[in-house]
Amino acid sequence: MSESTNLLINGQPNLPVNIGEEPNEKNTRRAFLVAAGAAGLAYTAALAYPIYRYLASPEEMAMEATAVTEVTLKDAQKLPLGSVLMFKFGSSPALLIHHEDGRWISMTAVCTHLGCTVQYEPQADRIHCACHGGVYDPYTGANVSGPPPHPLKLYKVAVNETGVNVSRA
Amino acid sequence: MTKKNTAIYNWIDERLGLSELAAFARHKTVPVHSQSFWYYWGGISLFLFLVQCFTGVLLLVYFRPGAEAYESVRQITFVMHFGWLIRSAHAWSASLMIFSIMVHMFSVYFMKAYRKPREFGWLSGMALLGIASVFGFSGYLLPMDELSYFATKVGLQIPAAIPFVGEAIANMLRGGPDVSEFTVQRFFALHVVVLPAIFLPLLGFHLWLVQRHGNAAPPCIEALPPEQRKSMPFMPNFLRKDLAMWLISLNILALLASFFPWSLGKQYDALAPAPVGIHPEWYFMSPFEMLKLLGMVKWLQGEPGEIAGILLFTLGITLWVLIPFYDNTRESGQRARAAHYFGLIAVILLLTTTVLGYWTIR
Repeated sequence: MSESTNLLINGQPNLPVNIGEEPNEKNTRRAFLVAAGAAGLAYTAALAYPIYRYLASPEEMAMEATAVTEVTLKDAQKLPLGSVLMFKFGSSPALLIHHEDGRWISMTAVCTHLGCTVQYEPQADRIHCACHGGVYDPYTGANVSGPPPHPLKLYKVAVNETGVNVSRA
Repeated sequence: MTKKNTAIYNWIDERLGLSELAAFARHKTVPVHSQSFWYYWGGISLFLFLVQCFTGVLLLVYFRPGAEAYESVRQITFVMHFGWLIRSAHAWSASLMIFSIMVHMFSVYFMKAYRKPREFGWLSGMALLGIASVFGFSGYLLPMDELSYFATKVGLQIPAAIPFVGEAIANMLRGGPDVSEFTVQRFFALHVVVLPAIFLPLLGFHLWLVQRHGNAAPPCIEALPPEQRKSMPFMPNFLRKDLAMWLISLNILALLASFFPWSLGKQYDALAPAPVGIHPEWYFMSPFEMLKLLGMVKWLQGEPGEIAGILLFTLGITLWVLIPFYDNTRESGQRARAAHYFGLIAVILLLTTTVLGYWTIR
C-alpha cells in the first residue's frame, strides 16, 4: 500500500505546476490519469498479493515436501517376498517391491501418462496403471506397453536391520 | 462508440433492457443538505458486507468445522501465508459492519426516514440488523477457542431463560446439553448457508426499496418549498462519493486488520474455568450489562431478573421496530417529539451501558 501512496505523491507535483496554463492542460490531465491509474494498479496488487499467497500456501508446502531427497521406512525390511509397500516420497506416492528373488526395487508410483497411481501385480509380475492400461517392468520401471511415454523413475534402496532407506538416485 | 460496439450494445439492450436502467440511473438524484453525510452509511454497510462475503469464502477454503475446527483456524492463523490477515479482516469488518449498520439505523431514525412510504425499508433493515447479529454470534464460535466457547455458553442462556420452551430451544441450538463439536458444526451450517440464504434476498428487497422511493429528506428539509431544496445526480456525482467512502472504509479496515490482528486463544476445554475479564463483543455489551444490572436488583436476582430482562428487551425492540406505525405524522416540518425522545433515550441507554460494561471489566 505504501507503493501506491508514493506513486500518488510522485504523480501530484505535475498537477499544480501547470494549472491554469491552457496549452499544457491536456498534458496535466494525462499525467494525472497515468498517476491515478498506476496508483490504482499498485493498490490492486497490494490487495491481490496476500490473497494469492494465501490460496497458494498448500502448493508451496507441497513444493517444500518434494525437496525431500530420502525417506526412511521403519521396519520395512520385514516386507515378505513378492509383496509391495506403498509410501509417500515427498508429496507423491511411491512403491517399494520385495521381489520373489529377494531383490529390493523402489520407484515412483505416478504414471508418466496422466498421473494416476500405478499398482504392482505380483501374479502377472508387472506394474499396471488401471486408468488407461499402461504397463511397466517391475524391475527397471521401463514402460512396456500402453500409453505411458516414459519409464517410472527408480529410487536407490538400502536395507538394514531397522528399516529401509529410499533415496533419490 | 464505434459502429460495432453500438451493434453489440443494441443486441444486449434489446434482450435485457439496458437503456431503461440507464435512463433510471440518469434521473436518480440524492437530496443535498446539512445532514447528507448520513446517506453514505447504508452504502458503507453494504460494502463491508461484500468484504464479509469475500473474506468469508477465503476462510472457507481452509476451515474445517466439527472436531478439527480449532486446529484448522490455528492453521489459517499461523501456517497459511497471510491467513492471519484474512481472518483479521473478516473479524474486523464484521465489527465495522455492525457499527455502520447501527449508524445507518439511527440516522434513518432521527431523520424520520421510516415514515410513509418507507415502512418496509425500516422493517427489512431491522431484520437485516437482527440477522447480522446472529451472523456475529454464530461466527464467534467457529474458532472454538476459550472465548468462543464461553461466549456461546453464556449467549445461549438468553433463549434458555424463556419459560417452558427455553431449555428445549437452547438444546436444539447447541446440539446437546453443552457447547461441543456438534455446536460448532451446526453454527457453521447456520453461518455459511442458512443466514446468507435469508440475508441476501432480504438485502435485495431493501436495496430495491431504496431505488423505488429514493433517499428520504429530514422533515425540516421537506418543509422547504421545492425551489429551495437542493439535490445532486446519483450518476456520477453521488456514486463517486459513495465509492470514495468505500475506499476509505477499505483503508481503515486494512489498517485495523494489519495493526491489530485478531488473536486466537487457547483451545476450548470444557473443564477449564472461564478466563478473568471475559466479556462479550462490543455490540452485545449493552444487553449483557443491562442483564447484569437487573440481576443486582434485590427481588430480581437469578431467574426472575433474566426473564425481566428478556421481557424488557423484547418490549423495547418491538416498540423500536414498530415506530413507523405510531409515529406516522406526515405533516412536513412537524416533529413527533415522543419518537425523538424515545430515540435519544435508546442512544443514551446503549452508550452508557456499553461504557459501564467496559468500565466494570477493567
